[in-house]
Amino acid sequence: MTSLIIIGIYLGILLLLGLCAGRLFKGTSLDYMLASHSIGPFLLLMSLFGTTMTGFSMVGSSSASYRVGIGIYGLMASSSAILHPLCFFLIGLKLWSLGHRYGYSTQIEFFQDRLQSPRIGWALFPVVVGLVVPYVLVGIISAGAVFNGASLGLFEMAFADYGHGIPPWLGSLVVCLVVLTYVFFGGMRGTAWANAFQTCVFMALGVITFFVLVKGIGGQESFIDSLKSASSAVDPAKLSREKMPHREYFAFLLIPFSIGMFPHIFQHWLTARNAAAFKLPIVAHPVFVMIVWAPCVLIGTWASVDGVLPAGVNPNALLSYLVSAHSGEVLAGLLTAGILAAIMSSLDSQFLCLGTMFTKDILKRKSGTEEEDRRTVLLARSFVVVVVAVCYLLSLVVPGGVFNLGVWCFTGFSALFPLVAAALYWRGLTAVGVYASILTTGVLWCYEFWQSGYGVDKHYEFLGIHPVVSIVAGSTIAMIAVSLVTKRPDAQTLAKFFPEQSQN
Amino acid sequence: MRKFVWPLLALLVILHHDFWFWNDPTLVAGWFPIGLLYHVGLSIVAAGFWLFAVKCAWPSYLDDGSTVASSDDSPASAAAEATQP
Repeated sequence: MTSLIIIGIYLGILLLLGLCAGRLFKGTSLDYMLASHSIGPFLLLMSLFGTTMTGFSMVGSSSASYRVGIGIYGLMASSSAILHPLCFFLIGLKLWSLGHRYGYSTQIEFFQDRLQSPRIGWALFPVVVGLVVPYVLVGIISAGAVFNGASLGLFEMAFADYGHGIPPWLGSLVVCLVVLTYVFFGGMRGTAWANAFQTCVFMALGVITFFVLVKGIGGQESFIDSLKSASSAVDPAKLSREKMPHREYFAFLLIPFSIGMFPHIFQHWLTARNAAAFKLPIVAHPVFVMIVWAPCVLIGTWASVDGVLPAGVNPNALLSYLVSAHSGEVLAGLLTAGILAAIMSSLDSQFLCLGTMFTKDILKRKSGTEEEDRRTVLLARSFVVVVVAVCYLLSLVVPGGVFNLGVWCFTGFSALFPLVAAALYWRGLTAVGVYASILTTGVLWCYEFWQSGYGVDKHYEFLGIHPVVSIVAGSTIAMIAVSLVTKRPDAQTLAKFFPEQSQN
Repeated sequence: MRKFVWPLLALLVILHHDFWFWNDPTLVAGWFPIGLLYHVGLSIVAAGFWLFAVKCAWPSYLDDGSTVASSDDSPASAAAEATQP
């Protein structure tokens, strides 16, 4: 019960933060969707990092390293440490600058303006939303599972079908309601504050958990001896990457580029107070990735030794199991709160972003009179409620296989990355080229996803390499080939987006 | 210094593919797998690299001291109008 009390206190703090942020709300759509472009370096760092790191960073990294060993860090973490800041630097800064100048709130507004094509949204919107929603569902379902795992056996008289713990549907509902409350009242400011708090929580708890588990797993008197004991017992194959194919490792370099097309990351970029606010996130992001991932990967690798994790324990629950086994209920409760923090810090941005996209891209709401702006805020809030409700209901009916979609969603966003890069750096990009790229991405993605047994075959390769390579290549080739033979936007539009080149 | 930024980034990406530690299960100091230590180090080096990039290759078109115009005086409405059918 202590765990549940701690989680309850944690959720209460989040609600309080959201309500406090709501008190600073200025009543404008700019404030609701973009916090009036007031976010400074620290909050920008924390909100970008918190949004980027999902529950996978703690739960998935430890279970993946349990299966494959330390190689998972290079595969997913250090590549992100190098390439996420590249996206912030090359894409985020420039989009912030354009968004600042021309008042965009969503990616689609930018593409419509850049390509002189108001209809581009009809192609881009369903693809982007279609890729974000499964990602949201994974978060909601994971949150329900975390609640259930933390409360197993606590309710002797109830929930027999769920191991006498809180049913996952109820846990998911609680998380959705908490996130909805602080996003509804606090908007982007509430989201940024909550993200900062949650990022602090899951980073601190990751490190604390590591120190506690070292002694538990190593079983020696001194900390250093425990480290040595834990590592020396591991199968040497898991202390290296001998079972990891080079081509898969190389292909995974494309996955971190997905961040450049995440619509919720785009929205966070636009919240920056000024360009200088990007400096801290660009520099600190790699270190933050290391602080979260390295301890989880080591713990997962140590847990692969026979006897550390009893048969029957799901590797996805290994962190929770080990904490419960080697420390008290208080730390177990805090760790559960940390895992929920990682999940919720992504969900909130995704909910707000989807609400903003429906308001701005589908209803085409613009800033006008004060009354119109107030109505825009009301609509955005209503859409956030609808998005949360629909996602929650979907999470109750989708098959468990939705978890297989994780890497496929990232693959889809990586395939869309060439569009944003070309829109910012290539005058030759055309609207028809973008349509061709989106169509190629859609066809290749659907075909390869189907061929992989809807994501069940995790080792599926197309032409001998991970699907991300063929889909990104297809998307890029289609975009370039079609753009070269179709009409560019007019000179005035190009001058607006490439002023320096237009002067030469 | 600006001209070193992109070659250094390419070098980081190449260093990321560390085939030299691929099959090496050595434990540094008796506990830290060398392949993991290398990549933890690479993450820290990446932070140093980005500090260098921010100092030496910060885009000149950005005015660090600028603050964002309010929605009322930004040309957002005009831009949005221009994209309407």
